[in-house]
Amino acid sequence: MSRALISVPPKAKKGEVVQIKALIQHVMETGFRPNSSGVLLPRDIITSFKCLYNGTEVFACEMFPAMAANPFLTFHTLATESGTLEFQWTGDNGFSVKESAKIQVE
Amino acid sequence: MRRRPRGFLAALVVAATAGAALAQAPPGERRTGYELLGPTTKAMQDDDMANPGMLWVLDGEALWARPAGSAGKACAGCHGDAAESMKGVAARYPAFDDKAGRPIDLEQRINQCRVDRQEAPALARESRELNALTVFIARQSRSLPIEDVVAKDERLKPFLEAGKALFERRQGQLNLSCAQCHEELWDKHLAGNTISQAHPTGYPQYRLEWQTLGSLQRRLRNCLIGLRAETYAYGAPEYVDLALYLMWRARGLPIEAPAVRP
Amino acid sequence: MTGMTRRDILHCAAGGAVLLAVRPAAATPAAMQEAIRQVVGSARLTPGRMQLSVPPLSENGNTVPCTVTVESAMTAQDHVKAIHIFNEKNPQPNVISMQLGPRAGRASVSTRIRLSETQTVTAIAQMSDGSFRSHSANVIVTQGACLEDTP
Repeated sequence: MSRALISVPPKAKKGEVVQIKALIQHVMETGFRPNSSGVLLPRDIITSFKCLYNGTEVFACEMFPAMAANPFLTFHTLATESGTLEFQWTGDNGFSVKESAKIQVE
Repeated sequence: MRRRPRGFLAALVVAATAGAALAQAPPGERRTGYELLGPTTKAMQDDDMANPGMLWVLDGEALWARPAGSAGKACAGCHGDAAESMKGVAARYPAFDDKAGRPIDLEQRINQCRVDRQEAPALARESRELNALTVFIARQSRSLPIEDVVAKDERLKPFLEAGKALFERRQGQLNLSCAQCHEELWDKHLAGNTISQAHPTGYPQYRLEWQTLGSLQRRLRNCLIGLRAETYAYGAPEYVDLALYLMWRARGLPIEAPAVRP
Repeated sequence: MTGMTRRDILHCAAGGAVLLAVRPAAATPAAMQEAIRQVVGSARLTPGRMQLSVPPLSENGNTVPCTVTVESAMTAQDHVKAIHIFNEKNPQPNVISMQLGPRAGRASVSTRIRLSETQTVTAIAQMSDGSFRSHSANVIVTQGACLEDTP
């Protein structure tokens, strides 16, 4: 299973812009790399990621083999209300990981 | 194809022909690999939320608490909170082991525990599990100084000498010793990388070249391949002797596992 | 030092020539322009009011940190809808396409990308009014000296 590290500030003021960091374990095999026998290793990458804030998508992306191994993303969101941020990564070979973090908005 | 600068061979030729005596950097002039990093790589190591090595620390934390083997014991069952029990441990390995009659490294110590106490099969070298447990344990010593284990245990002396001899022996098709690069030419460039003083302060470490976390033995093997020398099998006593010498050479420098290096 | 060095010969002997033979065709600056056209259509690309920050000299092409920041009020009426990153010389021109909106608060994103060699990287920002901005930067990619055998 893949480990993921999420950084969300536990508390924020309403209307404040908060920074979110998401790091996940994945080889991101490009599909363009030969092994020692010259045979291409099949592509195995994360193809998409999204962040939902109390169910509403606030950030999403499509990834390609040029993303570094163990993909790392930093983005921002407005602290609108207390609740849960959900993170979803999906990819080749049925890859699917979900994480969540709480935020308290005052 | 990426190209390597021509300076690479020139640097090696200088190294191969330099007849100067090999002097160890005095303590005041010791530099960890961290100090030679560019600002973006330093930043990657400094922020636990951005350091990819921390993903393996998380893995190791889970393995620490999980029962394994027919004894049904977890590491935590005997050793409790790693923050307490494992603090400083990585700063004093390799250590002399009575059963083996020679020094063993942290990975060998973990496997000894697995086989003898947990009654579980040994984990393979460079496996994700072994690297994860090792880096989780090493992380508990972060910023603690590497101990002079040889001063405290006379039995290590002959192995330290063997490690030093390996470090100074010319080998491979390039006919170079570790010392020629890492004592005489540190801070110079070998292709795109700055040559370090080879202090093993951050292992297991995340290497951008590997795109994963790897052990000190993998790094040593990598260097031997670079010299076009014969590599040893993982776990070979030669690697442990060399690790003992490198840790002794780095005594006093702080542990920084998981380090990030190019 | 001129001509083929001992090291070059060793490198080829070690299988460098074989690797060359199976390496797929790399993207070209033209392929990158084509991929950008797929995103922007016939709209004009305006340079400025955004910044693609990459280290001018990367320590290893496997992991090149990059940050894209776009000047925008990020309101419902005026915001960044998407940020795309493209490269010139990897096997494929696309790197990442990110969707954002007024809920982002700030149009600033960071990630880590792979660059197979020294090349130009381009970031495109798609604005809510249908306009597109761009900024490009060149990254010199260096490589480690002592490489391992392929696993």
